[in-house]
Amino acid sequence: MMNNPQAPPPDDSAPPAAPAPPAVHARGLTVRRGTGRSPRTVIDSIAFDVPRGRITGLLGPSGCGKSTLMRSIVGTQAHVTGTLDVLGRPAGHPGLRSRIGYVTQAPSVYDDLTVRQNLDYFAAVLHPGRAAADRRRDTVTRAIADVDLTSRAGALAGNLSGGQRSRVSLAVALLGTPELLVLDEPTVGLDPVLRRDLWNLFHDIAATRGATILVSSHVMDEAERCHDLLLMREGRILAQDTPDALRTRTRSATVEEGFLRLVDEANATANAHTHADALADAGADAKSEVTR
Amino acid sequence: MSAARTTATAARVLRQLRHDPRSIALMLLVPVLMLTLLRFVFDGSPRTFDSIGASLLGIFPLITMFLVTSIATLRERTSGTLERLLAMPLGKGDLIAGYALAFGAVAVVQSLLATGLALWLLGLDVVGSPWLLLLVALLDALLGTALGLFVSAFAASEFQAVQFMPAVIFPQLLLCGLFAARDTMQPVLEGISDVLPMSYAVDGMTQVLTHTDMTADFVRDAVIVAACALLVLALGAATLRRRTP
Repeated sequence: MMNNPQAPPPDDSAPPAAPAPPAVHARGLTVRRGTGRSPRTVIDSIAFDVPRGRITGLLGPSGCGKSTLMRSIVGTQAHVTGTLDVLGRPAGHPGLRSRIGYVTQAPSVYDDLTVRQNLDYFAAVLHPGRAAADRRRDTVTRAIADVDLTSRAGALAGNLSGGQRSRVSLAVALLGTPELLVLDEPTVGLDPVLRRDLWNLFHDIAATRGATILVSSHVMDEAERCHDLLLMREGRILAQDTPDALRTRTRSATVEEGFLRLVDEANATANAHTHADALADAGADAKSEVTR
Repeated sequence: MSAARTTATAARVLRQLRHDPRSIALMLLVPVLMLTLLRFVFDGSPRTFDSIGASLLGIFPLITMFLVTSIATLRERTSGTLERLLAMPLGKGDLIAGYALAFGAVAVVQSLLATGLALWLLGLDVVGSPWLLLLVALLDALLGTALGLFVSAFAASEFQAVQFMPAVIFPQLLLCGLFAARDTMQPVLEGISDVLPMSYAVDGMTQVLTHTDMTADFVRDAVIVAACALLVLALGAATLRRRTP
């Protein structure tokens, strides 16, 4: 497997690595989902680090466990075992709730409130009390401007387009200047111009506010915009690298090509195993050197 | 729990409601219209209208708040906003108290309208104080909110949530003493009616109907309804999971 077993310094030609402990630190992380008799292992004993102050892309096909991993980091996933530290504390620690901004895949906002009313409420949850009213108004106004919805601030969220609603959802996560932003496919269904603007915003947030951003996507061309990549497939980390290093290592022109090459390699190994297992089952012990 | 977060939640729920004037109209006007209807159904027997009308003043807020809360919290669960809120520094108690506060306020308005209309326009003959009627109505609304919140955890869709209304409310309605006095029921049913909270809601209304003062029975009824509401609210809080299974 290609994932780096050691902690901070990424081997290859990665630019200056994170100084402090990483924003997310996972070892032997396993997640089982489903209730009752047949729990399914969605994430299978993975290890990775998300460096601070950088944009890490979590990429992989739909259903590979990206959302489950993100929920685990945010602390809203049950049945998580292994080590998972977030901002120096175990994931799900109550002290982390105001330090992490989280955007779920489906926009989670109130359709029967206006954009501003939605943000006002979530801001009041983050900074309650009358004393913080001015601060709240400022952060709400800034968050609306960040996602370019100032002209629609008075519109009901339910009347907005799909892309606009997901931007409201993103704006909620930007309230209160979180140290870690966990964004589950924030650019899905957005037009190219908006996608570029949002990526510029992510880079701006990482650069000026020093926030760590973990962003998932199943669109590989977005990988080129990340500082670091975590490639996932079927509940495992296929590779952790910078886009440049990944392209070089897989001798590919794009990250997508590199990802596909890694998938093919993994499939070939897996097939060889199952093939060998099948043969072994049939009693063909001549092939035994292929098995693990 | 934080008072500021609770009131912010209550204000948010009311703000959501304000964008839905049709629901407000239905919540406030349906009890008024039903009482009016009832008044003329029992045109020839005002005594019957007195007893059934007083009971209904307690039952309407319970049913309305049950429906409204179960759908509202179900929407909160399915839209992902609950997951988002619980990933934020919001206590479960803040959320539940916020809902109870908001729908309690709606219930006060609803009960004021219904009680006022019944007493002064429809000639409902109540011996006790109208404030006590209002108090029972408010406690009933709280109980409805609590039951709705609890039940919404077991509904996967609005379809199922609505079906819980007949399942949870109708048996109580049949056994609460509205249709037949509870002590004339088959003993097993009477025993069951003794443990259902709506029986005490209706009994409390009847106490106000027939006594000038606050009786010991009335106090017992009010305490039981309030305690049931709090118990079910606590159970409802336990159904709010911070973590997705």
